[in-house]
Amino acid sequence: MDENGIRTDGRRWDELRPLKMEVGVVRNADGSALIEWGKNKIMAAVYGPKEMHPKHLELADRAFLKCRYHMAPFSVDERKNPAPSRREIEISKVIREALQPALFLEDYPRTAIQVYVEVLQSDGGSRVAGITASALALADAGINMRDLVVGCAVGKVDGKIVLDLNDTEDKEGSGDLPYAFMPNLNQVTLLQMDGLFTFDEFKQALELAKVGGMKVYKMQREALLRKYFSGGGPETSTTTAEITEEA
Amino acid sequence: MPAKSFVVETIKRNQIVELLSKGKRADGRGLSELRKLEIKTHVIEKANGSAMVKLGNTEVLAGVKIDKGVPFPDTPDKGLLIVGAEVLPMAASYLEAGPPDESAIELARVVDRGVRESEMIDVSSLCIKPGKWVYSVFVDVNILNVDGNLFDATSYAVVSALLTSKMPKFVMEGDAVKDTGERVPLPVHKIPISVTIANINNTLVLDPTEQEEAIMDARITLDTEDGGNLCAGQKGEPGSFTPEQIITAAEWSIARGKEIRQQIKEAAGHA
Repeated sequence: MDENGIRTDGRRWDELRPLKMEVGVVRNADGSALIEWGKNKIMAAVYGPKEMHPKHLELADRAFLKCRYHMAPFSVDERKNPAPSRREIEISKVIREALQPALFLEDYPRTAIQVYVEVLQSDGGSRVAGITASALALADAGINMRDLVVGCAVGKVDGKIVLDLNDTEDKEGSGDLPYAFMPNLNQVTLLQMDGLFTFDEFKQALELAKVGGMKVYKMQREALLRKYFSGGGPETSTTTAEITEEA
Repeated sequence: MPAKSFVVETIKRNQIVELLSKGKRADGRGLSELRKLEIKTHVIEKANGSAMVKLGNTEVLAGVKIDKGVPFPDTPDKGLLIVGAEVLPMAASYLEAGPPDESAIELARVVDRGVRESEMIDVSSLCIKPGKWVYSVFVDVNILNVDGNLFDATSYAVVSALLTSKMPKFVMEGDAVKDTGERVPLPVHKIPISVTIANINNTLVLDPTEQEEAIMDARITLDTEDGGNLCAGQKGEPGSFTPEQIITAAEWSIARGKEIRQQIKEAAGHA
């Protein structure tokens, strides 16, 4: 960050990267969404409710939610081995647990609902972008939901709490806090943290994640409206400039 | 995870929730009270450091092995510190042998994160020859008996084992690495303390037992370092927290963390 508090990519501390969402991008899927967030390009697709395989794992009182977060080999600077890494297995788990509170799984006993998150190009914050896209894909699939789930990360760069870390800030910065929540129910469904935060910084970070997340939520709603109500929503991309005006 | 029958779960849940509504827990503890924590160090002679931790009926054993290793290309002058955890099939009736599942992977990665992000071990002083040889510190944890809160028990075992570790002193002799035979303590800078809190029907409980974990909505693990700052965190399980509950969890982690750190320091003879 320079002396005026401007970040490596020209943003202020409370600005999001350019963000674009589109619902209904995978023809075969029951629901899908594409999110472009900074350099992230992430596709989410939902299949189900469908028959559970293997059968003996089906749940008598609710649907079994499955989630796979995967990074394409070409999504990062150095080719990534396509086999699922321990990191991807952990992220698949936390994404599933971030989405589950929003779903009425009890409406679909003995079935499976599968969420696929494919990172085609990765920048910082791919898990929260993946969650944001997955929530859209689940809504697009018509799964009964209590609320959407919005992901948004905050971090610490040069001792200051900043919104939405990019790749460089993620690697060079001193802290990262991926966060996801249900905006209307005020429930936090994902929180991870690394790096040093004082108690006050921690509180400030949670507050900032929520403020940033509400902007993402607005775009999520608009993306759904665009698909389901003709002329219902404004044009796709929300640029940095627009957010600046709002803030 | 235990084989869950939702009928049993509902009955058990109602029972525990009713107790919690009166501010009580099934085992008589306060909501933010840790179970009895026992730590024994130097239990494995062949390891560079080791610790056996009992947290209630949860029992874990951590062993440290230190050797020379090749650094990662992006950190040529930093030692390797790798934490692994295995839930042994002997540790509960419902477990089976096999490769680590997602819960075991999450456990190891969250404990690793706490140790790494607190900068407990100064890895930059674990270099023998930049780009060629560094010290490699492997901490492996065996879970011997499961009764809830594996995250904290594992973390306490890892931290205690590292505190009591002695590493070989390596020097370069020409192109070869030579063991001088001398044994020195690991360069420990900070002591991270993990505190896990479960949300059961909107009541927070610290250090959940297996029974409480079986019915919890969500859990959050927050690590603090010596300065009382937060250094790592992970929310888990398919439920949620309000932002206010997360702040409370952070306050509990900071307060309890101080006491637990003191206990671990004493057990490890680390004044």
